[in-house]
Amino acid sequence: MATEDHGPMAQFEIKSLIDLNVGGYDISYTNSALFMTLAVICTFSLFWAATHKRTMVPSRIQSIGELMFEFVAGMVKENVGKEGMRYFPFIFTLFVFILFGNVLGLLPYSFTFTSHIIVNAALAVFIFVAVTIIGFATHGLHYLRLFCPAGTPLPVAIVLVPIEIMSYFIRPVSLSLRLFANMLAGHVLLKVLAGFVISLGIFGVVPFLAVGAVTMLEIMVALIQAYVFALLSTIYLNDAVHLH
Amino acid sequence: MPQFDPSTFSSQLFWLLICFVVLYWVVSKFAIPRIGDILAQRERVVQDDLDRAESLKGEAKQALADYEAAMAGAREQARMLMFKVTSDTKATAETHNREIGEELTAQIADAEQRIATARDEAMDSLTSIAADAAKDAASRLAGLEVNSDDAESAVIAAMEGTR
Repeated sequence: MATEDHGPMAQFEIKSLIDLNVGGYDISYTNSALFMTLAVICTFSLFWAATHKRTMVPSRIQSIGELMFEFVAGMVKENVGKEGMRYFPFIFTLFVFILFGNVLGLLPYSFTFTSHIIVNAALAVFIFVAVTIIGFATHGLHYLRLFCPAGTPLPVAIVLVPIEIMSYFIRPVSLSLRLFANMLAGHVLLKVLAGFVISLGIFGVVPFLAVGAVTMLEIMVALIQAYVFALLSTIYLNDAVHLH
Repeated sequence: MPQFDPSTFSSQLFWLLICFVVLYWVVSKFAIPRIGDILAQRERVVQDDLDRAESLKGEAKQALADYEAAMAGAREQARMLMFKVTSDTKATAETHNREIGEELTAQIADAEQRIATARDEAMDSLTSIAADAAKDAASRLAGLEVNSDDAESAVIAAMEGTR
């Protein structure tokens, strides 16, 4: 058991902190839930700190808040247009939630809730269902045109339509797997490299430096994956709002 | 892999729902309005400043135009005044010249008048002097006693002859 506890996968273990059970469902407050709570608290703290002084020339923390706001707002406006701003709060929530999930997970001894496929899958499926509902609500049955663009010749359509349908339904899978795989691989790599630091003795300096370098890379990956998740969500949303 | 242990799914999904909903509330009711407010306010201030700069620029342009108009007006007025003064002076000088000329002409005429009078008088007295001289000369030279009137008419006749 001792080796299992310190293996590269041990960091993904869900540990219950407060046991809870309602109606036969286990809803224990776990380390995963703790870090989700921390993500909420960090978001609130960041935006409280960013906005409580309200200076005309922004302070550093205010710049961070404004930057994140304008970044996501720009992304939504660029991909979905003005009418997409209705969904801006959701996309922004999605972005900061995944961002803090990824970044907090990089702290030593912390837990990365985005490295769990079920969390990502839940978010991705929610987006998939929401986009599909918005699509049918906006365009009615014309939304099915998404699978067969106007003016497609019949022989092409025979091949195209199944591919389009498949790619549509693969969206939540690719969306959740991408984030899951990135987080999993990064953390496993860090853990494996860190394991060599002690075992190699003086030569442990090499994997130690590598851990430093990979950590920097992982910070980048954490930011990029949060961006990619939010960006793909806006692109799917654009399909639902505008077809193409 | 702990990720594929379904026994943890229910608690993860439950807390994901709770945290995501709370975060959505934080973002949509707290973060976005406050940041949006700050950005809108900044944009407003910048726009106000730009507008004010624009209006001040307009005012400056207006002031320059006013100044130039005032300048041109003043120059014109100065030119008019200059012209007026010059023409006034010229007129005054001409009047003076004319007055002096008239006075001089009057004086000259007066003087000529007096000269003519004096000459006539002199001429008159010359006749009587010549008559006296002729009478004296006649009495002394020829011992003739000529009366004054005869002598005088003789002198006049002689002078007529010489003329």
